[in-house]
Amino acid sequence: MIVLEKRPQPSKAWSYATPLVAVVATMLFGGILFAILGKNPVEAIGTIFWEPLFGEFAFYYRPQLLVKGAPLVLIAIGLSLGFRAGIWNIGAEGQYIMGAIFGAGAGLAFYPLDAFYIFPIMVIAGAFGGWLWAMIPAFLKVRFGTNEILVSLMLVYVAEQMLASVSLGLLKNPEGFGFPGSRNLQAYDSAHNAELIAGSGMHWGVVTALIAVIFAYVLLNRHMLGFHIRLTGEAPRAAKFAGVNPARLILFCLGVSGALAGLAGMFEVSGPSGVVSIDFNVGYGFTAIIVAFLGRLHPVGILLAGGLMALTYIGGEIAQSQLGLPAAAIQVFQGMLLFFLLAFDLLTNYRIRAARSEVA
Amino acid sequence: MKFTSLLTSAAMALGLATGAMAEDKTKVGFVYVGPVGDGGWTYEHNKGRLAVEEEFGDKVETVFVESVPEGPDAERVMTQMALEGADLIFTTSFGYMDPTINVAKKFPDVKFEHATGYKTAPNVSVYSARFYEGRAVQGHIAGKMTKSNIIGYIGSYPIPEVIRGINSAYLHAKAVNPDVEFKIVWAYTWFDPAKEADAATVLIEQGADVILQHTDSTAPQAAAQEAGNVVTFGQASDMSEYAPFPRVSSIIDDWAPYYIARTKAVMDGTWESANTWDGIREGMVAIGEISDAVPADVKEEALALKAAMAAGEYHPFTGPIKKQDGSDWLADGETADDGTLAGMNFYVEGLEGEIPQ
Repeated sequence: MIVLEKRPQPSKAWSYATPLVAVVATMLFGGILFAILGKNPVEAIGTIFWEPLFGEFAFYYRPQLLVKGAPLVLIAIGLSLGFRAGIWNIGAEGQYIMGAIFGAGAGLAFYPLDAFYIFPIMVIAGAFGGWLWAMIPAFLKVRFGTNEILVSLMLVYVAEQMLASVSLGLLKNPEGFGFPGSRNLQAYDSAHNAELIAGSGMHWGVVTALIAVIFAYVLLNRHMLGFHIRLTGEAPRAAKFAGVNPARLILFCLGVSGALAGLAGMFEVSGPSGVVSIDFNVGYGFTAIIVAFLGRLHPVGILLAGGLMALTYIGGEIAQSQLGLPAAAIQVFQGMLLFFLLAFDLLTNYRIRAARSEVA
Repeated sequence: MKFTSLLTSAAMALGLATGAMAEDKTKVGFVYVGPVGDGGWTYEHNKGRLAVEEEFGDKVETVFVESVPEGPDAERVMTQMALEGADLIFTTSFGYMDPTINVAKKFPDVKFEHATGYKTAPNVSVYSARFYEGRAVQGHIAGKMTKSNIIGYIGSYPIPEVIRGINSAYLHAKAVNPDVEFKIVWAYTWFDPAKEADAATVLIEQGADVILQHTDSTAPQAAAQEAGNVVTFGQASDMSEYAPFPRVSSIIDDWAPYYIARTKAVMDGTWESANTWDGIREGMVAIGEISDAVPADVKEEALALKAAMAAGEYHPFTGPIKKQDGSDWLADGETADDGTLAGMNFYVEGLEGEIPQ
């Protein structure tokens, strides 16, 4: 008989090993799935993980990894702060949308003026939009004790309606023949979040994501506030005795994650996407939750996890067009990754032992 | 590369390796907004792709990526296809417009075909179908079939294509049933079975006994079937699995002849940027079989209407027609010009509610 035995201390070795074990298990079972679908599993997995990094057209895919990964990392960093303290912002998708609306709106208000200060104003407006949207659940929680999970999640759907509304009204392109969607910011130089070096994929959002990783690392390891965040998550009673102000912590964590999600939306709408449209959001805010946990809520881990997620998206598309794998199989493959991660996570806190049946 | 050779040998060992591709094949890429199994819009585009494969056999290779979000992801998928040697790429959703133009700039030698948009370039064509002709036939049947005189309409996005369809269906329902009333729900999606089912249920609860849809899944058909006495029409595809009732007819988009012609043009080197808008006459819009749930005389009238459009004798927007605000649009006997239709952003007189903006 096999029993689970709780470890006296979480295993350090396993906490580092589980992400790797999860990736290997995903490859194994994903391979079986692809084989059942009649595809060569080695070729399929090779395509997903190898082609984007080292294949013939890697010069195009590598920069795309930055484009796809940056919003995930930026949002996940913000979320991880709250998650560590047990403050659950599930509505990053809505904050991402509001950041894009505020950012693009600020830029389009100046159209067609050409000035250096427009883009910085957009950055501030984007962060403000996301922050504002996150302040709603934060304020309601602090003031009335509402559940931030529900409030932040529900506000995603409100944000989606606002996105549809501005795409059809306020921000609609006057030269768009009545079709919904704003002017393309890529065609408006002062508001365009262009690549800093052509062909590198490196835009301001990527830079900001890297800065956010560093800041989060310093905050968590070198700063009193970071200590309070960790303490609240790991030992809420001790945190109380240490004089942590829960209301301040809630406002801080939700505010920062909202502002970062808003920035991600703003950089996306002014760069890779270019247009405020009804279907602007494609789920970065939700995928970032997976990225945050895949990265063990650790800034460097999140950076790597964001890269890995981006890799499966881009590699998955290549596998679709080259090998004819269905999109659903790729999604199952991504789902497996989170599933195995959570499953193997058990080994960090428990060990498996073969128990002898004992007679009392 | 070492890893690559390892992969190759492993593939050969498993006996699953596909043969090396011949260089002279014409490669055609398709970017889809939904899954190929949506049973509607994307399903029909994929049928067009398969028709291209069947027509040209070994001379052509087709690739596709499904469920591609409109935006930067679409741009990446198109770039990837172009990099891998596609000669012709069909991008089959309105939201792919700016990405298509962006990628087309980077690959001047690759030909692009964008469905339902309005931006062209030397290597970008646009194409669409006159779905509103099919809507006229639907409207006629719907007006005759409704007993509650309430017709529900599931709109996707308030864009000219969808508004045209609503106007056309309404005019022809009104022509045979002056008491008819349209209730319109905007789903803000092309494909989302859950949202579409919700929209259908809401409309049925409000008394609609005919549901028209401009979204791509069969969820509204399923909701109607559950309600029992509600008539529906297949959208984009025949949706014949719900025939003879609730689905009594359908609008079918037949892209195959166009896709074959454009692929042939690329092979022959005669491809040119064009703006194609074909209808029932050219066969791009077809009317699915009208089932026996429709009375014989109504069926006959509907088929006569279709025949008149096929012969070019009748235009669904023939005056006198007023706009919703009561102002004159078309004088007696006047027909709408394509420019106005392409950018249609108003309801005709009699429709209630406002176009969201």
